[in-house]
Amino acid sequence: MASTTDHSSPMNRKRSATARSIDNGFVWGTAAVAIAVGLLLVAIALRVGTDALPAIQKFGLGFLVSNRWSVIDGAFGALTQIYGTLVTSFIALLIAVPIGVGVAIFLSEDFLPPRIKQPIVFLVELLAAIPSVVYGLWGIFVLIPFLRPVGIWLNANLGWIPLFSTAPAGPGIYAAGLVLAIMILPIIAAISRDAMVAVPAELRQAAYGLGATRWETIFQILLPAGFSGIAGGVMLALGRAMGETMAVTMLIGNSNTIDSFSILSQGSTVSSLLANQFAEAGGLQVSALMYAALVLFGLTLVVNVLAEIVVRRFSLKL
Amino acid sequence: MPAPDFATARRPGSLNRSPTSPRTLFASAMTVLSVLFTLLALIPLVAVLVYVVVNGLPRLDIAAFTQLPPAPGLRGGGFGNALLGTLLTVAIAAAISIPFGVVAAIYLSEFGRDTRLAEWVNFFTNVLSGVPSIVIGAFAYAVVVLTTGTFSAVAGGVALAILMLPTIVRTAAEALEAVPNDFRQAAIGLGATRMQTTLKIVLPAAVPAILTGIMLAIARAAGETAPVLFTASFSRYWNTTVWQPTATLSRLVFDFATAPYASQQQLAWTASLVLVALVLVTSILARLVTQRRRK
Repeated sequence: MASTTDHSSPMNRKRSATARSIDNGFVWGTAAVAIAVGLLLVAIALRVGTDALPAIQKFGLGFLVSNRWSVIDGAFGALTQIYGTLVTSFIALLIAVPIGVGVAIFLSEDFLPPRIKQPIVFLVELLAAIPSVVYGLWGIFVLIPFLRPVGIWLNANLGWIPLFSTAPAGPGIYAAGLVLAIMILPIIAAISRDAMVAVPAELRQAAYGLGATRWETIFQILLPAGFSGIAGGVMLALGRAMGETMAVTMLIGNSNTIDSFSILSQGSTVSSLLANQFAEAGGLQVSALMYAALVLFGLTLVVNVLAEIVVRRFSLKL
Repeated sequence: MPAPDFATARRPGSLNRSPTSPRTLFASAMTVLSVLFTLLALIPLVAVLVYVVVNGLPRLDIAAFTQLPPAPGLRGGGFGNALLGTLLTVAIAAAISIPFGVVAAIYLSEFGRDTRLAEWVNFFTNVLSGVPSIVIGAFAYAVVVLTTGTFSAVAGGVALAILMLPTIVRTAAEALEAVPNDFRQAAIGLGATRMQTTLKIVLPAAVPAILTGIMLAIARAAGETAPVLFTASFSRYWNTTVWQPTATLSRLVFDFATAPYASQQQLAWTASLVLVALVLVTSILARLVTQRRRK
């Protein structure tokens, strides 16, 4: 690059205007790309929202409280699916939170020498790497045949409880909830473990010094101190569970009507509805599906933003 | 300060560990429980791996990789076109998401660090990584499939690119931030511009770590089904262009898992084995690379 500046004095060296503008252009260019990446989220919301507009105008908020999804009549309401999404996610959390936090405690304390502990930490992380569709395949051929007798027993012996009031047909809400639990467990375990490892050693030493046992220290010092991280991890896991599609679609039975509160019955979630109907949909149905996608987007957005805030606001300042 | 009077303590001799004291019993019980939970958590991993290997191995032959899917009821066949389709969609996704992701990461790490703008971009990227993949699929459907009027490998690639983007931005930004500041100061001190410093010094130093992140993102994307479900869709035939419905391994697993034909179910297991092997090998490689670098 030709330089027109005076080089006689070392203090007087300046870059040429072109060199400076190229450099500034580079910096601004990267900023522009960064902004574009950030705006992608907005673009997704806007585009899905625009395509959902006809359905939003036609059904309004009634979409959220109507349980009739009929392509033939052109009547669409997603209550069944929203219910399915919430119930399967709740079942998943109910199972995965205690186990995940238990795993996190076991793998953050010094129960095991690091040589054995590190591979286990890695194995738990690998659970998260297995593709969802593989869990679905495994669920169909292994988990459901295994669960079905359990479901039948629950129905036969505890059928008076509304939760178990229907005879299991194989796939169902309970199977989907269980596979979701398996899938979100590594998230909860990994994030909770990070949170507990980050608790300053002084707190632990002080507790031991005062005569607390290991588990008194864990329950009264480490868990409260790491609470924000654990809560954030649970929220992220909830968001993941609500949006998870393939394994749920393959295991939940995909019934678009629901007539009981039984977790043994078949159901559907917002994501399984999208997975089943999108490819063949046309006209108002596409718009209604986009509306459902928007609802799912909104649900996970709220959960994820809350998770971000919880982690940022309450994380330990070290 | 007088010495504590141990004789009048609530439990005399409490400095000795008593296995029957309630506190010790509670601690032991909780230890056993946490071991059980950890074992319980590992059962699904082992079970999935064992079943995928046992059921997938019998059809792991050359035909599986080179032939087209069998017609319903017929034996044999393979997932050659789906394997090609997965490579194609993932390549398109990588070609879109890597440049954008790395450039955005350069801003976040080199120029925007601690600015309000970078904070917002980080926040939005984090939230984007939590958007359900099926919603991203719906977005790609609206933007690409509705516009071009056909399911295509490009539509699938766009969906997967959006899915990969947050991972690439995050890992690349972390990799760039890990480059010691001495490098930047030395380069600036020698008279390099910010652009020269970034492109010739900082970025090359971070490339191995960035590649690790990209590898992980690609492996994850290859296993994702929901975004390609109604963007790349499916096909029983070989691809001639990127603008036609394209089969992917993950979609093939989904379709054939629910098919009533034994030969198709068999292929679903084998395709799963390929997907799982891909993801596991990448994860393990990435981990080995990171560990070696730490040492």
